[in-house]
Amino acid sequence: MSTMSAALLVLADGRFPAGGHAHSGGAEAAVKAGRVTDGASLEAFCRGRLHTAGLTAAGLAAATAAGIDPLAVDAAADARTPSPALRAAARRLGRQLMRAARAAWPSPELDALAAALPRGAHQPVVLGLVARAAGLGPLAVAHAAAYEAVSGPATAVVRLLSLDPFEATAVLARLAPELDAVASAAADAAGAALVEGLDALPAPAAPLLDITAEQHAAWPVRLFAT
Amino acid sequence: MTPPVALVTALAPDPAGVVAAARIVAAPDGRGGTALPVLEGGGPFALRRVGGRGAEARVALVGAMSAPLGGDRLTLDARVEAGAALAFSTTAATIALPGRTGAPATYDTRIDVADGAALRWLPEPLISAHGSDVRTTTRVALGAGARLLLREEQVLGRAGEPPGRLRSRLTIHHAGRPLFDQELNYGPGAPGWDGGAVLGGHRAVGQLVVVHPAFEERPMAARPLGATAAVTPLAGPAVVVSAVARDALELRKVLDSWASELNDVIRAF
Repeated sequence: MSTMSAALLVLADGRFPAGGHAHSGGAEAAVKAGRVTDGASLEAFCRGRLHTAGLTAAGLAAATAAGIDPLAVDAAADARTPSPALRAAARRLGRQLMRAARAAWPSPELDALAAALPRGAHQPVVLGLVARAAGLGPLAVAHAAAYEAVSGPATAVVRLLSLDPFEATAVLARLAPELDAVASAAADAAGAALVEGLDALPAPAAPLLDITAEQHAAWPVRLFAT
Repeated sequence: MTPPVALVTALAPDPAGVVAAARIVAAPDGRGGTALPVLEGGGPFALRRVGGRGAEARVALVGAMSAPLGGDRLTLDARVEAGAALAFSTTAATIALPGRTGAPATYDTRIDVADGAALRWLPEPLISAHGSDVRTTTRVALGAGARLLLREEQVLGRAGEPPGRLRSRLTIHHAGRPLFDQELNYGPGAPGWDGGAVLGGHRAVGQLVVVHPAFEERPMAARPLGATAAVTPLAGPAVVVSAVARDALELRKVLDSWASELNDVIRAF
């Protein structure tokens, strides 16, 4: 159950076939609104996303990996996702991850969740169960969730703005210490949630991500699903 | 909207901060109205009954001094019993100000609305003054058939000044299940708070939460409201209007127009 494990590399690989590449994590709407225009504004966007949606997702994933009932964590995820467009996206991503993970790390826990929520659980909940199946602990899966929260927008912005990919990767590298801190905070909160209940999980939110998700979902033509 | 008023502190604040609590209990009065068997507050809390409308009792929190200052610990408890209806407001904005010690102020609100009770919780904004550090929590427990209208507004800095640090968590449980849980974290020390994902330069942020049993059968559709606000139905009998704006007035305009639209929806149930 150590943090460093090749299974984590497989799970967090951008080429893992779980559908993440189709999502910009709100970056497409932010580019259109002129809030992300270059490397510096991408970094500010990713930093905000990491410490809000990223920490929330990492906490949910870590709590599930720690053994808390995935259905209860799924309800906590709903309460932390006011945007129906983002709830639908999280369940779609959860379903796609479930399909890939059942092939990669078959497990009765994954089968049970797929049966209980055939339309998909929130992606971080599935991620937490996948971690259990792959022998990864709460801290490791929190790293994967936190990384996903910023790697998606960074790669999307390379396509949306024709940003230099070296610059996008440099943004991720500069955020690495904060990713570590967010993952630790999420794992600690998961430990607290085992004792105190799920309200102990973090719930930081980003108003613009929630508001613009609904506008983006209504666009007739878009490059990314979110 | 009432202009914010920072009332002058009558006594020098204790360097360790003020510890104060207020309590409201609303219960049916037996004649179709609502009584307030408990209405008490100390320190910066002065609660007044300010008339009513039909079955609803109205309570206003009158600012008795500048609060919260850093180091203050304030708690406000409100319970609305089955069959009662309560409206809560404040006479002025709450301004978080720096204390002497640099310790954060805390302001914790606990709200309990029973099945068959109704609450309109409509305080004026919380203004985070430069150099202040405040943590607020609002925990709401709703019975299955409870009705709630709750407004929350935060203004980051007084006119022309940078904001202090503001951490604010709103947790709503409905019939024992989590319905809404959100923490907002702004100002110096909150990483990325002013970037394009979180506030993108806006200085006022707020929401209107409406919980009504009829949303169970007839949920509202999600709908963007211009570029900086949206109506979003929750995964439960509730809808949230979220908005960011340049300032408090612009924010209130958006939320007020939706409050009246939502009232029409609810009346039609």
